[in-house]
This record gives sequence, structure tokens and C-alpha cells, in this order.
Amino acid sequence: MSGGVDSSTVAAMLRAEGHNIIGLTMQLWNQRRLAGREGMPESVQGRCCSLDDVYDARRVAQQIGIPYYVVNHEESFERDVVRPFVEEYLSGRTPIPCSLCNNHLKFEQLHLVARQIGAERVATGHYARVGFEEKAQRWWLKRPADLGKDQTYFLFGLTQEQLSRTMFPLGELTKPEVRERARRHGLALAEKPDSQEICFVPGGDYKRFIDAYLAEQGESLPDTAGELVTTSGEIIGDHGGIHNFTVGQRKGLGVATGSPLYVIQISGANRQVVVGSDEHLYSRQLRARRVNLISVEDLHEPMRVAVKIRHRHEPAPAMIEKTGEDEIRVTFDQPQRAITPGQAAVFYDGEVVVGGGWIV
Amino acid sequence: MQRVYLDNNATTPVLPEVFEAMRPYFGEQFGNASSIHHHGQETRAAVEGAREAVAELLDCSASEIVFTSGGTESDNLAVAGLLKAGDHVITSSIEHHAVLHAVKHLEEMGCEITVVPVDESCLVDPADVKRALRPNTRLVTIMMANNETGVLQPVEEIGKVAAEAGVLFHTDAVQAAGKVAISVKRIGCHALSISSHKLHGPQGVGALYLQKGTRLQPLFHGGRHERSRRAGTENVPGIVGLGQAAKLARDGMEKGAAAKLAAMRDELERQVLEQIEDTCVNGTGAARVTNTSNIRFGHIEGEALVIALDLKGLAVSTGAACSSGAIEPSHVLIAMGLRPEQARTSIRFSLGKQTTQADVDFALNLLPGTVSRLRDLSPTYHKKAVTT
Repeated sequence: MSGGVDSSTVAAMLRAEGHNIIGLTMQLWNQRRLAGREGMPESVQGRCCSLDDVYDARRVAQQIGIPYYVVNHEESFERDVVRPFVEEYLSGRTPIPCSLCNNHLKFEQLHLVARQIGAERVATGHYARVGFEEKAQRWWLKRPADLGKDQTYFLFGLTQEQLSRTMFPLGELTKPEVRERARRHGLALAEKPDSQEICFVPGGDYKRFIDAYLAEQGESLPDTAGELVTTSGEIIGDHGGIHNFTVGQRKGLGVATGSPLYVIQISGANRQVVVGSDEHLYSRQLRARRVNLISVEDLHEPMRVAVKIRHRHEPAPAMIEKTGEDEIRVTFDQPQRAITPGQAAVFYDGEVVVGGGWIV
Repeated sequence: MQRVYLDNNATTPVLPEVFEAMRPYFGEQFGNASSIHHHGQETRAAVEGAREAVAELLDCSASEIVFTSGGTESDNLAVAGLLKAGDHVITSSIEHHAVLHAVKHLEEMGCEITVVPVDESCLVDPADVKRALRPNTRLVTIMMANNETGVLQPVEEIGKVAAEAGVLFHTDAVQAAGKVAISVKRIGCHALSISSHKLHGPQGVGALYLQKGTRLQPLFHGGRHERSRRAGTENVPGIVGLGQAAKLARDGMEKGAAAKLAAMRDELERQVLEQIEDTCVNGTGAARVTNTSNIRFGHIEGEALVIALDLKGLAVSTGAACSSGAIEPSHVLIAMGLRPEQARTSIRFSLGKQTTQADVDFALNLLPGTVSRLRDLSPTYHKKAVTT
């Protein structure tokens, strides 16, 4: 229970259905830690894991009459989500902390706590659907009824074991319907705005966050300054550090040329940022590693799917093919813009999540 | 569901006699104890009666008792009230945050602080206190009984060190009051804090013993209450409750209440150590108050164990709750030399006057199965063999 509308409504719905439920909130990050450091905002109100949110979650639990606990996973969150987030940027990739958080915290640590305290299943406010396919004897993950709220992109890492213990009660509902249910259950937070940004990065300013985090750790920002080069290898300037860039970015390159330039590639090894015109951003292939398959046990032959390469991306038709023990090659029918290392490639067969992996 | 409460170091239930003693002061006896009329005189008498009862518990005179809102205020009043910028204060690493944070705050305001360590038994060495003395040392503040382990500190020896050096000595006796006999004279302290709700009185009231002639800068201004040491209209029902609780605590001690708790606590420890492998008691090397037991269950997450036990009706605790309610590893156990992962496997059981052998049996029935289920799910348990 994050203290938001979705998980609160899940709790109220399950309670009303007569389930025996326990409310848990994960304390993941202390926003106060970096407040005021390196230009980070002083005020920490209304952010993830803020006292306001815990207060809201606790009030919901009290209102619907269920036991409620806050469990401390700050250490694991820092180790498994925050550190990798910082290191990915410093290596020239664009990470997705929400997937790491789902994999390591919500569906691993929280599931473990749940089993330890005697719970059979864990329900969350994610927009997705889960179920069991008798024929294949496998648990499936599907996109939700409200495709605008689809969170399956962040859930591709779920194992069969995790899915078997998961409930997504909002999978068949749209967001307005969820708010309507919240109102019907008399929840005071029915109109609370959705959270948008990465929960631990205020205002989405990840560069400022990295500066503040490293300063707090007593580490200096590694020097990743280097050259700006064109796709044909011509050096056209310098840049202040590869973590300031993301593939597809246009603004802030600091060079003036006739036609608009975009970041095409970031090379962590030699600190080069490759820039080029819009057309250079398009590519038909990608490789994904650290693969997790859901609807099938293994990929014995190439498969036709639709592939999503970032959260706000319409799944694009493609073939996927196993090219190594833990590697899948994705070949799109049409070239895709700004395939970004560090993001996930998630494979869909219609509404069914086939699996996914991390773009390298 | 049957519920058993073994978290009496967090708070204790108000005894029925205490509640009865308080009752009139919510109703017909409502006067402001500072008023000169009949109503004021009635409640003034009640407040002074309570003051005498507390003074008897602490072996001091009634005029040396200042009523406060609780242990935290008593600690803050002693620390902030006895120190000024430029003074040096000596405290220990196992103090309650009411002392530790108050002292840290004073450091920001220009005081110097020394935090003396404890050994693996949770004991402060008076020689460390002596070594820490400086020409500008004004105050030593070291607790009497630790809230997490129950370990009793050598306060009389520390009192001697302070006396020899001519510095003030404050002790936080919140977890000692009602559990062991307290004599401020024997301890040789200038100030001592207690809290009502730790000895079966109501929450929201406490007291500070302040030796006659000790100059104190008050925290609150706005009246001559409590001989100008604590402004504000007295919390009469609360003070009456504390007085009654102090009286009952003293009677109880005379009737051997501590030995009765010791028998149950020792049995709890013996059975846990015998029935559950990879367990040990924190702070066994030292004298402890008789109601407290802090036990390490190797390879479990204390937080999960506390939740699992609560869901089955047993209330115990672990570590210290942070502002959100999440658990942080105990600074006391860390100060005793435990690694954070060891500190996190520790659970505190604390018995109270109302605790029965049936309560202890309830806990003993529940623990082995619950611990074993947590261990079956522990990622580190099967790799193990070594004792944590």
C-alpha cells in the first residue's frame, strides 16, 4: 500500500469481498537524506515514501479495519535500485528503476515478507492481469483493460512462482472506474493525483539526483567527459559527461549546426557521444539480455510478436529469436526510433506478455 | 483472538486502582491546582499527595519532584536545563533517543559532547566516564536501565566519579522505576527521569527529580508552576495516576514483584534457548531488570517475526520504529558490537505486572513454529551452520 488511490482501492475491494488481508507499506527511500543537497529541493512533501503517503496508507487500513505494517527495505532498495540506477547512467545507459524495484523489491522482498507472515498471495495496485493457463500449465501475464495505464512493461521480470502468488485486482478496471470504487468505499484519497515521475527522483531531474547521491556517499562524480562525434566519425566538439545524455535526445548538445542533431549512441568504453540526424536514430534490430520468458518456457524457434522498447511505445511487430543462452535478437518489421540501451524490450503476443529482456 | 502483551517496556496497561484514583479528577474535582478557591485547593492537595508518593519511590523529598509530560520531557529538561553553551557533557552510546538527540541538539548549540561506549554486555565502564572528564565538564547523563536489553548500569559508581569531579549527574531511570529499588541518595545523582506509563500509570505524564539547590533553566516559560521549573497548568488526573502507580510500584517491590517476574522471564529464556536452535540472549553478562529479555533468533528478520507474531496475537517488539513506523536496527545492539544483520534478528520480550505464566506459555507455544517457518523461507538459513 503506497498511500495512493490504486493500492488503497485494492485493499478496500478485497476487504469488501471478504478476504482476510494484511496491509503492508514498503519503506524504500528516505527522501530527507538528500534534501537540500546539490540543489535538491528542501521540501520532501508528497513524494514516494513520504510520511504523508504512509499516513494515507495507514488511515485507509484503519478505516477498512485491517492490520497494517510498514516494512523497512531501504537497504535493499538502495543496493538493488538506486545504485544500479546511478551506475547505469554513468555507463551511458538509460535505466528503468521501476522494473528493478518490481523485480527485486515488490515481487521478491515483499513476497518473502508476505510468506513469512503467513500470507498466501500478494495483491498490488498494478494495472495488469494475471492468470493460469491449464493447457500450457503456465501462469500468464496480460495487458490490463485500461491500456493507457498498462504497467506490464515494468513487470516482464516476474517468474512463474511470483505470478502464482500475485493478484492484480485492478486489471479489469479503468482508472476512472478505480476512482469511482474508491469513492464508493468512502476513501478520502479518491481524488489524490497519480504519481508520475521516478519516485525517488524529485522533479525527474536525475542529473541533480546523481550529483546529490554521490556527494552524500562521499564519492566524486567520475569524469566521463569526452568527444562528440558524428556518425561518420568526425569529432565536432566535447561534452561534459556521458550521463548527461540519453539516446534520441536533441536539446543540450552544445553544438550549432545547420540541421537538428540527435544523440544516436553513447559509448561508455571511450566516452564518445555519437550524434547524427533523425534518420540515424532508426534501427531494425536490437539484442536483449537477462531475458525472462512468461508465456513460454523457452524460445525454440523464432516467434512473431510485438515489441515495446520503452514505457510509452506502441508495441511494434517484430520477430524474436534466441541467439544465446541468455540473449534474444529482436528484428522489427519497420525500423524503430531511438532504441535505448538500459531500457527493456518487452514482447507481446496480442495482450499476452511473452517475456522481455534488457536492451544492450 | 486471544492477545498476549509482552511489550511492557513500550508501555504498560493502567492498573485498575490507578484508573480509579484518577477518575474523580475528570469529573467533580476539576479545579486548577493554582486557584485559591476550594476547587483549586482540592486538586492542589491531590497533586502534592502524588508528589509525596513519587518522592517516596525515589527516596527524595517532595519538593525535589518536578512533574512533566513524560520521560522525554524529563530527559530534555535535565539535559537542556543543566547545560549552557561551552559546557561539556558525557553520555553513553545506549541512551534513549530522548537523551541522545537532546545532547546532539545541544552540541549544535555550542556544547561539547563525549559518548562513552559499552561492552558486549551493554555495560558502561565508569573508568571510561572518568577518562572522559574535562575541565569544562558540567554533566554526566547515563541511564539506569537500558530499555532494549534491561541491563542495569553501574550508576552508583558513575555517581561517585561525578561527585569526585564535582560535576552534575543525571540518570534516565524510565525503565528502572518500578522494577528495581531507586534511591537518588545512593546513586548520588542530581537529576533523575521517570515516566508514568512505564509503571502502569497513564501516558503523558512523568517526573524529574532535581536535587535541592541544583539550578535549572526551564524549558517552558509562562508561570510559576512546579516552583518555576516547569510552567503550565498541572495535568492533575495524570499526576494523580502517576502518584498512585508509584505507590503501587513501591508496595509491589516490597511484596517481591520483581522476583515473580524474574521467574517467568528466566523460564521464557530457558525454554526458548532449549527449544529453538541458534538463539542467544543479548546482555546476559550483566545484571538486568527482571522483566526484560532481548533474544537473537539467528537467520530471521526480526521485523517479519514481530509481524507474524502480532498476527497470531503476541505483541513483542524489535529495534526502534522510525517516523514512518518502519523498523531500524537498534542503536543499542549495534553499540554492543552486534553487526546490523545480527541486530535485526533480535526481539525484545518485556513482561509487566499483569503478565501471567499462561501468557509466557502462549509465547512459548507460538515461537518455535513461527521461527521455523521464517527460517525455512530465509535465504541465508540453509547455507548456515555457524551461530550468529
